[in-house]
Amino acid sequence: MFGKLTLSAIPFDQPIIMGTLLMVMLGGAALLGFVTYQRKWAYLWSEWFTTVDHKKIGVMYIIMALVMLLRGFADAIMMRTQQAMASADAAGYLPPHHFDQVFTAHGDIMIFFMAMPFITGLMNLVVPLQIGARDVAYPFLNSLSFWLTAGGVVLIMASLFIGDFAATGWLAYPPLSELKYSPTVGVDYYIWSLQLSGLGTTLSGINFIVTILKMRAPGMTLMKMPVFTWTALVTNILIVAAFPVLTVALALLGADRYLGMHFFTNDAGGNAMMYVNLIWIWGHPEVYILILPCFGAYSEIIATFSGKPLFGYKSMVYATAAIGVLSFLVWLHHFFTMGSGASVNAFFGIMTMIISVPTGVKLFNWLFTMYRGRVRFTVPVLWTIGFMVTFVIGGVTGVLMAVPGADFVLHNSLFLIAHFHNTIIGGVVFGCLAAMNYWFPKAFGFKLAERWGKASFWCWLVGFYVAFMPLYILGLKGMTRRMNHYANPDWQPYLIVALIGAVIILFGIFFTVLQLYVSVRDRVTLRDPSGDPWGGRTLEWSTSSPAPFYNFAVLPQVRQLDQFWTDKQDGVAYMRPNRYEDIHMPRNTGVGVFMGLFGVVLGFALVWHIWWMAALGLAGMVGSFLVRVYDRDIDYWVPAAEVERIERARLAPLQKVGLVTVAVPADDEQKAA
Amino acid sequence: MAASSHVSHDHGHDDAHGSLKSYVVGFGLSILLTLASFGTVMSGVVPHHLMMPGIVLFAVAQLLVQLVFFLHMGTSPGKRGNLTIMLFTMLILAIVVVGSLWVLHNMNANMMHPTFPQVPTE
Repeated sequence: MFGKLTLSAIPFDQPIIMGTLLMVMLGGAALLGFVTYQRKWAYLWSEWFTTVDHKKIGVMYIIMALVMLLRGFADAIMMRTQQAMASADAAGYLPPHHFDQVFTAHGDIMIFFMAMPFITGLMNLVVPLQIGARDVAYPFLNSLSFWLTAGGVVLIMASLFIGDFAATGWLAYPPLSELKYSPTVGVDYYIWSLQLSGLGTTLSGINFIVTILKMRAPGMTLMKMPVFTWTALVTNILIVAAFPVLTVALALLGADRYLGMHFFTNDAGGNAMMYVNLIWIWGHPEVYILILPCFGAYSEIIATFSGKPLFGYKSMVYATAAIGVLSFLVWLHHFFTMGSGASVNAFFGIMTMIISVPTGVKLFNWLFTMYRGRVRFTVPVLWTIGFMVTFVIGGVTGVLMAVPGADFVLHNSLFLIAHFHNTIIGGVVFGCLAAMNYWFPKAFGFKLAERWGKASFWCWLVGFYVAFMPLYILGLKGMTRRMNHYANPDWQPYLIVALIGAVIILFGIFFTVLQLYVSVRDRVTLRDPSGDPWGGRTLEWSTSSPAPFYNFAVLPQVRQLDQFWTDKQDGVAYMRPNRYEDIHMPRNTGVGVFMGLFGVVLGFALVWHIWWMAALGLAGMVGSFLVRVYDRDIDYWVPAAEVERIERARLAPLQKVGLVTVAVPADDEQKAA
Repeated sequence: MAASSHVSHDHGHDDAHGSLKSYVVGFGLSILLTLASFGTVMSGVVPHHLMMPGIVLFAVAQLLVQLVFFLHMGTSPGKRGNLTIMLFTMLILAIVVVGSLWVLHNMNANMMHPTFPQVPTE
C-alpha cells in the first residue's frame, strides 16, 4: 500500500533531526496560526498564490530563496562545526552518514533552491519593467514555473524528516549513486526534486527568451536594451540549452535505479564516466547562468550610483555573449584527473583560461564606469565593490586550477572548495543581495534601511575572508573535501578560524533579516514617492514604486540607451498623456498551484515506490493542465478610467514639485507638423 | 495570452510564415529527393561504390529543403531570428556530441584495460 514507506522512515533515533523537526513544526504552526488569526488566507490565495503578475512571482521566488539560504547556511555551519571538532581522537557530533547528507544537501540547496530562485526572482521582477512590457510572454507558465520549483523545495525539505537525503555529494556521481551502493531513498529524493524544479527552470527560460525577444517597448532594439536584460537573455538561452542535458542525465540515472538499466553501472557495459561528462556539460553553463544576471545587476548599480552611463556598453554585451558560448567549451576542467590524455586536457585548460578574458573586460568596464564618476557609497555599491575585489581573487585561483598539471595537485581539495565559494559567494550571493537592495523599492515602494544593510555587508565580506582563506591554505596542505574526520591535528586551528568566519557570516544573514524587519517597520519614512529613488537610468524607474500591476499606463517609446535618463534631462520623463487607453491583462489562476502540488505527490510517490499515488499525482498534473487548456476566461481589460484614476493619484505629488509635463494632444501635433 | 496584446507593433513580419506556393514547392522537392534516394539504390544505374555517397547527398539536400521551406530558415529580416537560433542549436549540439565522443574515447583509450587480453601469439 505504501511502497517502501514505513514508520521507521522517520529518524526518531536522531536527536538533531528530531529537534529540527520539532522547531519546524512549532514555527510552522505559529506561522499558520498567525495567518489564520489575521484572516489572511483569502488575501494570500487571491493576491499571491494564484497571481500571474511577474513582480509578485518574482517576490515569491526571492522569499523562497531567502528561506532556503537559511536552510543551506544551517547545513554549512553544521559542517564547519563538525570539522572544527573532529580532529585526531575526537569524532565530532555528526556521524558519517549524516555528515554526508549534510554536505550533499548544502550544495544542492544552495545552487538549485537558493541561487536559482534568487536569480529567477530578480529576472521576473526586473526584466519586463526594464523592457517596458506589461508582463512576461506567458504569465500562466510563469506561475507554473514557480510552483514546480516550490514543489522541488517541498520534496528536498521532506527528505530531512521522512527517510534520508542523498549522501553522494551534490552531483550524485555514479556508481556511488547507483542502487547497489545507495540503496536508500536519498538519491531518489535528489532525482525527483531536481527534475521537478529543473522543469520549472526550463519553462521560465523559454518564457524569458520570448519575453525579451518579442515584447520590448517600441524602438528598443537589441543594442538599446539595458545590460541586465542582456545578461538575462543570455542566461535564459543557456538555461534552455543546458538544462535538458541535466534532465536527461538524471533520467538515465533514474532508469538505472528504477528499471534496472545499466547506463552508468560498473557492470553490463555501463560507463559512469558518461554521467560525469553529461552532468558537467550542464554544470559549467550553470555557473554562468547564475553569475551573468549578477554581472548585469552590478552593471546597472555601478552606472546608476556613479551618475554616468556604463563604460563600454557594447563590449559588455559582446563579453556576455562570448561567455555564453565559451561556457559550453570548458566542462572537462571539472574532471581533468579522470584520465583524459594530454591533448584533451590541454584544450579544455586553454579554453578555461580564455573564458576569463571577457570576464576581465567586464571588470575594467566597471572600474572605468566609476572613474571620475560621483560614486555614492550606498549598500548596493558596497556589495558591488566587495564583489569586484573578492571575485578577482576567485577568478585568479580558477585560472590557476585551469592548468591541468596544477589541477592534479589541487583537485578535490579544500583549495577547490575555497575557489568556487570565492566566486559563488563573492559573485552570486553578493550580486543577489546588491540587486535586492537596489530593486527593493520598485517591488514594495520603500527603500531598505541603509544602516543594517551596511552591517550585513561588512559581516558577509569579513566573514567570507575569515571562513575561506584558511581553506585555501588547507587545500595546499593536502586536506581533501567532504572529510567527516581527519587525523592531522595541524589542520584544526585553520578549521576553527573557518568556523569563526562562518559565525561572522551568520551575523551578516541576521542583519539582512533585521534590515528587512526594520525597513518594514519604518516603511513610511523610507517611502519612495517618485518611483526613482536612486536617480536611475532605465525604464523600470520611470514608473511608480511599487509599480502598478499593469507596469506602464502608456508603453514607453525608446530611441536610445538609458532613455529614462535622457527623458529626465529633457524634462519629459513624467508625461501625463492626454488620453488613457484600456489595458489588456491576464487573469489570476490557481492551476499552477495545483500542478505544483500534484507534482509533489508524484515525486514523493516515486521516491517511495507508491505506484497508485504516483498515478494519482500524474493524473492530477495532466488533469489540472487540461482544465487550464479549456479555460477561455484567461484575460480581462482594465478600463481607461481606472488607469486614469491610478495614474492621477500617482502623478499628483509629482505635479506639486513641478515634475509632470502634459503631452500635446495628438491632433495638435499633426497641425503643427 | 498576454503576448498577443503587446505585440501589435510587431506585426508585418509575415515572411516568417510560408505561403501555399512555398509549401507546395517544398513538398515537391522533398518527394523528388526521396525518389532520387530510392532510385540510387533500386534503379541499378548507379555504380555500387557511389550508392552510399549518393544517399548521403540526397539526405542532406532533403534536410536543407525542409529547413528552408517548412521551418522557414532564411536570411530575410523576418527569418533571421529562426536562422540564428537554428545555427546556435546546431553549434551546441555539435559541441556536446563531438565533445563527448572525443572526451570519452580519449578516456577509454587511456584508462580501460583491453577487454580481450592481447596475448602475443608467438
